[in-house]
Amino acid sequence: MAEIQIKNVAKRFGSYQALHDINLTIADQEFMVLLGASGCGKSTLLRIIAGLETQSTGEVWIGGRRIDHLPPKDRGIAMVFQNYAVFPHLTVFENIGFGLRMQKLPNDQVTRRVQRTAELMHIEQLLKRYSGELSGGQRQRVAVARALAMEPDVILMDEPLSNLDALLRLEMRAELKGVLAESNTTAIYVTHDQVEAMSLADRISVMHQGRIVQAASPVEVYRNPAERFVAGFIGNPPMNFLPAVNSGNGQWTVAGRSLPGPQSAAGNLDFAIRPEDLRIASEGLTARVRLVEPLGAHLLVTCDVEGTMFRAILDSDMAIRAGDHLTLAPMQDRIRWFDPETTRSVA
Amino acid sequence: MNARLLPYVLILPVTLFLGVFFLYPFVLVAKLAFVGSEGLSLENFRDVISYWKFPISLKNTMLLAAVVVPVQLALALLMATMVNRMEKGRDLVLYIWTIPLGISDLAAGIIWLAIFEQSGFLNSMMTGLGLSDGPVNFLSYQNPGIVFLAIALAEIWRATAIMLVILVAGIGLIPKEYYEAAEVFGASPWQRFRRITLPMLRPSLQTALILRVVLAFEVFAVVAALGGTLFPVLMGEIYAYQFDLQNTNAAAALALIVLAISVVFTLIILRALRVPKGATI
Repeated sequence: MAEIQIKNVAKRFGSYQALHDINLTIADQEFMVLLGASGCGKSTLLRIIAGLETQSTGEVWIGGRRIDHLPPKDRGIAMVFQNYAVFPHLTVFENIGFGLRMQKLPNDQVTRRVQRTAELMHIEQLLKRYSGELSGGQRQRVAVARALAMEPDVILMDEPLSNLDALLRLEMRAELKGVLAESNTTAIYVTHDQVEAMSLADRISVMHQGRIVQAASPVEVYRNPAERFVAGFIGNPPMNFLPAVNSGNGQWTVAGRSLPGPQSAAGNLDFAIRPEDLRIASEGLTARVRLVEPLGAHLLVTCDVEGTMFRAILDSDMAIRAGDHLTLAPMQDRIRWFDPETTRSVA
Repeated sequence: MNARLLPYVLILPVTLFLGVFFLYPFVLVAKLAFVGSEGLSLENFRDVISYWKFPISLKNTMLLAAVVVPVQLALALLMATMVNRMEKGRDLVLYIWTIPLGISDLAAGIIWLAIFEQSGFLNSMMTGLGLSDGPVNFLSYQNPGIVFLAIALAEIWRATAIMLVILVAGIGLIPKEYYEAAEVFGASPWQRFRRITLPMLRPSLQTALILRVVLAFEVFAVVAALGGTLFPVLMGEIYAYQFDLQNTNAAAALALIVLAISVVFTLIILRALRVPKGATI
């Protein structure tokens, strides 16, 4: 059992507050992705869990044991680094076996475990090579194999795929998911790539300015963003926003149209809708087309609704040109509302 | 200017300079060494090697190198590791540690002579503290151990910094991530030093050791200042052949022998610390 509990963890670098009061519980064998833009604190949080950085306040527990005062090697973790950190002076075999050698395991056991993880990562034919003779993808496999060979309770990954080219990234992503699902380890995975986060995670923790703004399943984060920041960060392109004015009785005026919304006493809310949740209809928001980008199956149409940029993803069969006027109807059950003051979601 | 030719044109002056002032004199020296009383022969080498002071000076030179270089290597590694961990004041400490590099080897010898001689600092201090009754002549033929120790100390003090600067630069080139990976995978600080720093430092160690070993075989002024004739070394013998005995041919032959020893040790160091293909950072 390796449940991870992060309790009130904060980190200051001098006067800069990198993490504010982080509380997060990651279930045993869960695949948790920490997602956020660079500088949001996600790597710092990972490094605190790894023991490469010390928190200013708070506690970290793994498997019911407080570990934040222990050196990295006593935490039951293994880590995959962004630049792989495959030791150049050791062969692939010795790289994978590095942690096992440090544990002073007998030779035959080291050989067996290195062999097994190498086969798992399909690099058994590279065991005698040095890292200088490997491609980026192969080095990545060595880095993952080295972590898996430790049979850790928790595997920590810091943007492990970000240095690979797009095609290889896709391939490794699928493989990583499969291998980790079989290894029964709890995984924490840091990335700034939301597609990677969506496809890998059991749960995503979206981080922003040193805080976790939402920790939920990928679908939940996508469909029901807890904060306006999440709505504007997740999705490519992200949600559209328009100001809405309360016209009473749960009706809200958005770009001159009346739409049913939350029963709220607030005078103003932000209306939000995903680009793919818009349809062309006879009634709806009037939009002037600025730009049409064909994406194959769809058209990405960038419009202007009362001076605000507004994007719609429409069927590519439609003949739409810049300068056209469209009437876009939002799908009622996909509309989300945010409080402009607190930026929190309003039901 | 043709872009393909430009590099060659740019290195031409240096190449010419080295050719005229190093290669040409070297050929002359080699010629001198092989010219005997009856034309070309190995006579000079035979004379030099069979002279009674040759085995002693060879032994002394080797012994000094064998003691001084390992101590310097260990010290330089320790100092480089410490400097590398410093966040503030790193440059200041480095400047202070490299001051001896700015002093000529003869001056360094004289500084240590001022400490060890009969009316030197060490004697004054010991008398002042009541540790000795009168001045002791440390650097006399009766104390060969102390003479050797004084020379070794002066050499260590004078020339450790040359290794230090090379190693500091080399350690700075090792990416931090390797240390973090080693730490996560269970390596203690000592294991990180042995299994990450040392092997990844091989290119710098090569440079530092070759430089230091070759310079150790050329030790002269410090020995002359502290030991005089009590501690004969190869370079001192070359000097004696040239200026005391006026035997230029013998001096040239001995110089070539020192060169051969240096080349052999350079090859040994290159071989021992070579980095396998594909194993570079």
